[in-house]
Formats: sequence, structure tokens, C-alpha cells
Amino acid sequence: MRGVKRSAAESEAFVLVIEAGQTERHYWKDLWRYRELFYFLAWRDILVRYKQTAIGIAWAVLRPLLTMVVFTVIFGRLAGLPSEGGAPYPIMVFAAMLPWQFFANALGESSASLVGNANLISKVYFPRLIVPASSVMTSFVDFMISGVLLGVLMLWYGFAPGWQLLTLPIFVGIAFAAAIGFGLWLTALNVKYRDFRYVVPFIVQFGLYVSPVGFSSSIVPQKWRLIYSLNPMVGVIDGFRWAVIGGDAQIYWPGFFLSLGVVGVGLLWGVYYFRKTERTFADLI
Amino acid sequence: MPDAIIKVENLSKSYLIGHRRQESYAALRDVLSDGVRCFGRRLLHPLQSASQAAFNMGVEEFWALKDLNFEIKAGDRIGIIGRNGAGKSTLLKILSRITAPTSGRVTLKGRGASLLEVGTGFHPELTGRENIFLNGAILGMTRVEIKSKFDEIVAFAEVERFLDTPVKRYSSGMYVRLAFAVAAHLEPEILIVDEVLAVGDVQFQRKCLGKMEEVGREGRTVLFVSHNMSVVSTLCEKGILLDAGRVVAAESISVVVDRYAKQLIDCSSSKYIGEESEPGEPHITIAMVLDASGSPTQTVMSGDRVRFFMSVENMRRGLSLNFSIYNMGGFKIINFNTINVSPFDEISANGEFVCEVDELLLSEGSYRVAVALVEGGIIIQHVDTALIFDVCAAPLHGRQIVNANFGTNVIMHHRWSVPGCQME
Repeated sequence: MRGVKRSAAESEAFVLVIEAGQTERHYWKDLWRYRELFYFLAWRDILVRYKQTAIGIAWAVLRPLLTMVVFTVIFGRLAGLPSEGGAPYPIMVFAAMLPWQFFANALGESSASLVGNANLISKVYFPRLIVPASSVMTSFVDFMISGVLLGVLMLWYGFAPGWQLLTLPIFVGIAFAAAIGFGLWLTALNVKYRDFRYVVPFIVQFGLYVSPVGFSSSIVPQKWRLIYSLNPMVGVIDGFRWAVIGGDAQIYWPGFFLSLGVVGVGLLWGVYYFRKTERTFADLI
Repeated sequence: MPDAIIKVENLSKSYLIGHRRQESYAALRDVLSDGVRCFGRRLLHPLQSASQAAFNMGVEEFWALKDLNFEIKAGDRIGIIGRNGAGKSTLLKILSRITAPTSGRVTLKGRGASLLEVGTGFHPELTGRENIFLNGAILGMTRVEIKSKFDEIVAFAEVERFLDTPVKRYSSGMYVRLAFAVAAHLEPEILIVDEVLAVGDVQFQRKCLGKMEEVGREGRTVLFVSHNMSVVSTLCEKGILLDAGRVVAAESISVVVDRYAKQLIDCSSSKYIGEESEPGEPHITIAMVLDASGSPTQTVMSGDRVRFFMSVENMRRGLSLNFSIYNMGGFKIINFNTINVSPFDEISANGEFVCEVDELLLSEGSYRVAVALVEGGIIIQHVDTALIFDVCAAPLHGRQIVNANFGTNVIMHHRWSVPGCQME
């Protein structure tokens, strides 16, 4: 009897209409209702990742470290490029490695996430946005590990950051927005065109060279800088460097805001495109 | 009289089917191939807007559901039945919001939870405890809810000792028990269940059925898909019979089950002819019942000598064939399997199988034959309704079997005797 009463009371409040070609009105409310699923999926991915591979954490440490060494040797020593704001070259590189690896890993993880969770998509309803969004969280754990590494590196070089470090969370937020925005877009494309998964590693590899990871974006000629900032990661990386290195490090504000704009557009577009194609996922997967 | 809790109006769903069977259509293929096989010719329409382009791409439109209309009252327990490909799974998927309809409208006045598969989202690396939380969240429970029911779930699944063992080390029985236990503790107003009870041992199945009945008694609405007519009949009060994506009947469960049985007989033939599948892939091409003289037949007598003939194209080593005989209630009576070989068996390698039964010890009635190809424990092909044949009553060694054997299916050789007289 208890069940009957409850259902009568709740059914007045809850009416769901499923109609063809209409995006659901409850979507954002549902997203909130399923926030725990988001948490559980992220928790699962992290747990499995660090449970399965004993070298899971070692991998998260080694990858940015080795890349940093290679970039420091090639760009700092061999090419003799200048650092930024008096910071040691390795710190400058590492401050860029943080957001870049976060972005690159997040793209990879999220674009594969829906296909990897195909059994869920075809058997249970929940806002699909949760899957790629939660997979970004795994990359965020790696990001945190790298963050600790950066701290160690700064201690090693006896490098003290300035007050700008306090603004770092803002740039982390922007990095998140960039990762989720482009991640969603790639995720949707990956479901629709399965061979898209071959494109993602290429984008990531290509992006590493066109983004100022191994070098300071100040070496880009002034007249090209605004155009260079169309790459959304330029703004994110410059912001990170500015926050971490502090001191004399300069940020090219017009370029930063342009990058920020691109990130914003990317996020809106990513969500829009994802929402548009979301309803067909179960049929395609 | 309670209001309609589910209202379905002019609901239709079409799929585009790629005949080249790309990887991305893999799951869709599973869902639809049976449907296409049985009703394809009647239902496939050319794609109207871009038929030429569609033709080039090998894409066709297939209506899995067409103009469905029905209402379900709160507290009803509804069995949805129909042959493979009739649209049952598609209907459940639309009702549980996994896929969107092509046209039409569904109104749900209550929160729904669907159980289309046992153990969705279970991760083999995680422990039983972790999987309870994960699976609960996937099915829409909150953490607080799961916590409060945790002990109940564990007790129901009988896995207390293995809570902190990764589920990859579980036996398949434990795995299924745990998975069902989580699902059984959902408390939605509308529960949508797809043939998930076909798993687990008999004792646990009974426990699950009990749980489902309990859910129904609490006044929740249950939608239940199954091929097992005896389960549907006991669990549900009303039934909806689907055929080729349309509602054929929506009445009390006994009427609908009868209609379904009749429908199966009507559509049956004495010979199953398989359709083309992927080139090079093994598939069943012919299945038929042969009488004593070796000609195809649909009607045999109790005690007759019968041969079951099956032909498989692209037969390969390691592939086994088996077929089961079901009664019209959906109860499996017997299974014949090429895995169970005896020294007297001869199995040809060319893909033609003959199973000789010297005396068919089945009583009067209609029977359904399902055929499956299995390789390394994985089902390559399964034809749910390959054949339907009728058995007519006939005296068995002079014994007259009356009243259709009182509703039972199997006859056995036996002898009544007087105590003390056997010694002679």
C-alpha cells in the first residue's frame, strides 16, 4: 500500500513525454539528478586505471617528466630558445605540459568513452553527457599528479612563484572547458564515424607542435600572435605559465581573450552538437 | 479506476539497415537480423527521399514499430510477447528512453527503471561491493538509497563472503545473482524488464519471480518481456501481443498467450529455409522434420521414427549444432547437441546433420524447434522458431495415451505390475 500512495503522490509531480524529434525538456534537470552516476563512473575509471596497472601512477609521472626532458634539451639547449620571466627552462616547459597533457589525454579518453561504454548506452538511459564528462576526470587525476611533480621541480630549482599562482584555478577551469568542449564534439563524431578514432591521435600529435608547449609563445612574431591565439590551447598554456612563473612573465592579453573566446565557442558548440546527435547514439553503437 | 500511467500514441520507430554490415551497426544487427529474416519481405520499404543514394549505400529502412497505440493503467502487470523481431525490445528501449521514436508520442506518469540486461555496467576488475554501488548508480539509485539497501542486496544475492573479491573471480551464478539482486531493489513506479530471468539456476529464478510478484503486489506497474509463456502467465495479468511492429492483441494474459500460440502454429511450415548472412560465415540453411520414409513432414505420431535434418553452410571445425524442442508454453523439453557424442554417432564434416530418433516419446500437441550454432561457448546463430510440428496421439506399444497425457509432454516406456508377482 505504501508503494501505491507514493507513486500516486509522485506521479502528479512527474510526467515524462517522449516525442519524436523533440529534445527532452528534463535534460538539464536529469543531468543534475544523475550527478552521482557521474561521480561513480569517474570513480570507476580511476579505480580501474590504477588497479589494473601497477605502473598506472608511474606512467602518469614518467610521461610528462620525459617529455619535459626532451623538450628542454631540444628547444632550450640545442635550439637555444629563451625561457620566460627568468624561470628555468624545465619549469617553463612543465608549466605548459600540465594543461597540454590534460587536454590531450582528455580528448583521447572522452572520444573513446562512449564506444567503450557501448553496453551502457544500449541498455540504460541516462544523460549521455555524463560518460565523456566523467572520463575527463581520469585525466584530471593525472593532471593533479603532474601538478605535484611541478611543485617538486620548483622546489628543486628553488623557484618561488608569485601571487599570480592564486589565479591558477581560473586557468584550470578554462582547460576543463576546452577539454570538455572539444572532447564532446570528438565523442559524438567518434560514435557516428567509427574510423574517427584514427583522427584523434593525429590531432593530439599535431596540436603538440602548434601549441607553445616546448617553447614560449613570446618567440612568435608579434604580427602573428593574434592569429596564433586562434589555437585555444595557446591561451590556456600562456595563462598557466603566467600563473605559475609569475614575476616578469608577460601575458599577451588580446591573444588570451581570443583563445578564451574560441574555448567558449568550442564548449557551446560541443554541447550543442553532442545534444543533437545524442538521441541516435543507442541506434548507432 | 486508476489513470493510465503509460500512454502510447501512434508510436513508430524505423531503422536504417546497412546491408554491408559495417562494424558500427554490430549491435543493431543483433537486434534486427531476426526481425528482418522473418518479416523482411513484407516490411522493407525503399528509402523514399533518396532511394537511389540509399540503394548505392546498401541502406534500407525497416520499421521495427508501426503506429502503436495502447494504454497501461497504474499497478498493472503487463506481459509483452511476440516472436523475435516483433518489436518487443524496441518498444522497451523507447519506453526506457534509450532510443528515440521516429514518430508518435509516449506519456509516462511516473519514474521508470529498466532492466534490459542483468549486470549492465558491471566491471570485472571491481569487487562485489564496488559493483553494487556502480550498478545501483547506473540503474538510477542514489548513494544513500544503495547504502540503506546494501545489506538486503547482499543477503538476496548470497555473496557475503565474496564482497571484496573482484567479480571476475565470481562464478557465473554468483555474478548473475549479484546483478539481479541490485536490480531487484530498485523502487520505481514503472519497472521495465526484458527476458532477464532466463539466467541463473532454477532456485534463484524462482526467487527472482517471487521478488517480481512482490513488486507487482506493491502496486507498481511492471512491463515484462519473455518467451517463457508459463512465467508470463503467472506473473502478468494482461498481455500485449506484438507482431511485425504492431499490436495484435491487448487483453487478459490467457487470451493473449493463446493468440500467440495460434500465431506460431499458423506461421509454421514443415521446412525452415535460412536467409543469406555474411559471406563465409556459418549459418543454418535448412531445418526440417523427416518421417520414417525420409520425406519432410509436419505431423508425426507419438512413438514414430523421426529424423531431424539440418544443413549448415560454411561449416567449420569447433562449431557445434544443437536444437531444442519446446512445448507451446515456451517450456524447453529436450535438447539434442552434437557436443554429446556417443560411439554410435556419425557426424559429417560437410555441414549436413541428421539426428535420428527411433521413437518420438512426445505426447499429443504442437512443438517448436529452435536451432543454434555454437562455437567455443558463443552462440553464432540462434533460430528461435525454426520449425513447428504436431504430434498426434497414437498407441505406444499398445498403450493408449488419453487426454493428451493430462497436459504433459513426455511419454516414457513403463509397465504397471502387481507387487510380489515380478519374481515369477
